[in-house]
Amino acid sequence: MTYDVLAVSKPGCHIFSGCGFPAPGAEIFQFDAIFTFTIGSLEFNVSKVTVLLLLAVVLILGFFGYAFRKPKLVPRGAQSVGEIGYIFIRDGIVKETIGKGGEKFVPFLFTFFFMVWLLNFWGIVPGAQLPVTSIFAIPVAFAVIVYVVWVPLGIYTQGPIGFFKNIMFPPGVPKAMYVLLTPIELISNLVVRPFTHAVRLFANMFAGHLLLATFSVAAFYLLSFTVVGFIGTAASFTMTVLLTAFEAFIQALQAYIFTLLAAVYIGSALHAEH
Amino acid sequence: MNVLTSLLAAGGESGEEMPSVLAVPLDEFIVGLIAFIIVFGTLAKFVLPKIKATLDERADLIEGGLARAGEAEAEAAALLDEYRAQLAGAREEASAIRTQAQADRSAIIEEARNEARSAAASVSAAAEASMSAERAQAISSLTKQVGELAITLADKIVGEALADDARVQATVNSFIADLEGQAAR
Repeated sequence: MTYDVLAVSKPGCHIFSGCGFPAPGAEIFQFDAIFTFTIGSLEFNVSKVTVLLLLAVVLILGFFGYAFRKPKLVPRGAQSVGEIGYIFIRDGIVKETIGKGGEKFVPFLFTFFFMVWLLNFWGIVPGAQLPVTSIFAIPVAFAVIVYVVWVPLGIYTQGPIGFFKNIMFPPGVPKAMYVLLTPIELISNLVVRPFTHAVRLFANMFAGHLLLATFSVAAFYLLSFTVVGFIGTAASFTMTVLLTAFEAFIQALQAYIFTLLAAVYIGSALHAEH
Repeated sequence: MNVLTSLLAAGGESGEEMPSVLAVPLDEFIVGLIAFIIVFGTLAKFVLPKIKATLDERADLIEGGLARAGEAEAEAAALLDEYRAQLAGAREEASAIRTQAQADRSAIIEEARNEARSAAASVSAAAEASMSAERAQAISSLTKQVGELAITLADKIVGEALADDARVQATVNSFIADLEGQAAR
């Protein structure tokens, strides 16, 4: 089911025309497969989600491949822009959060930040208008990648006993409290952590997109030659514009938060908590 | 009729049940994984090492430049100290020379003064000696002439030559002593 504001609203479906408000719902996150192919027993649906994902891959690799094709000591043009991104991840996230031994995780977190950001950004790109991260499978995939990196990394650097001991018995707590704390810590670190990591990103992008869609639909629905219609349309359209700007901010912020959390998890695996 | 319900109804009619938004279709999940792995693999292997190397090189260059500047500064400071020490040495030397010169000057002046003094003394001594000699000579010559004049006078008065007579000589001498006594009075 492809959702299209105009198609769903139907020409002529306006207020006072006996047409109810076509509030957009979860169906705006459902996309028909453009085509389908099968590998083994698994059927792959190539839809708008897949296309935007692929486009993001191409754009990221294209931009940074171009920007860093022949890096100069004195940067110019695209290299300057790309460097800002690299230094932001290296100094702003890795050095701050992981600290010692974090340098080799820069490419990993760099990829996360720019992938998530661009996938979020599709939400306000005219024509694309879908934050790919609002499709739950995508943040889940990313969170799973982070999880399967930091847990084995922690077990490798702290040893299996040390790793679980650090998780289950946080220091500086009265011994009796461990009865309460140990199960909570175990569940919160190993079970809840990856789930919230994925859901935080997904829910933000999902809600933002739904909000934008609602005001867009409202602007169209309220369009009529009446005072209520005029004011309603103007207000809804203004809200759409403002929310688009707000979304642009949220998209970058959520990409940053997702990457920062990944860095925090990796940092906790590398350095046992004190 | 609500479009949403009509839509849902239409979905229902075609027998399609809308999946939950929290559903994770395996194909989308795998596509997400693959997309990440492609981007990460390419960036980590081919793209980011280049910019990392460049940034490291730049940092090295800047740090090297700073180190070189620090070295140059230290060198300049050392040189300045050396110059200052040299200058102080030269000043000391100059002042020593000046003091020495002053001492020499007063010594020379003293010496010259002494020399002049002794020269003046010797000159005045010589003058005095020659004066007293001349005086003695003048006295003896005057004595002789006065004697002769007296004899000539007495000769003329007495009318006889008594030149070689010892008595006459004694008389003359006593006469002169008388004269001297009168002159001294």
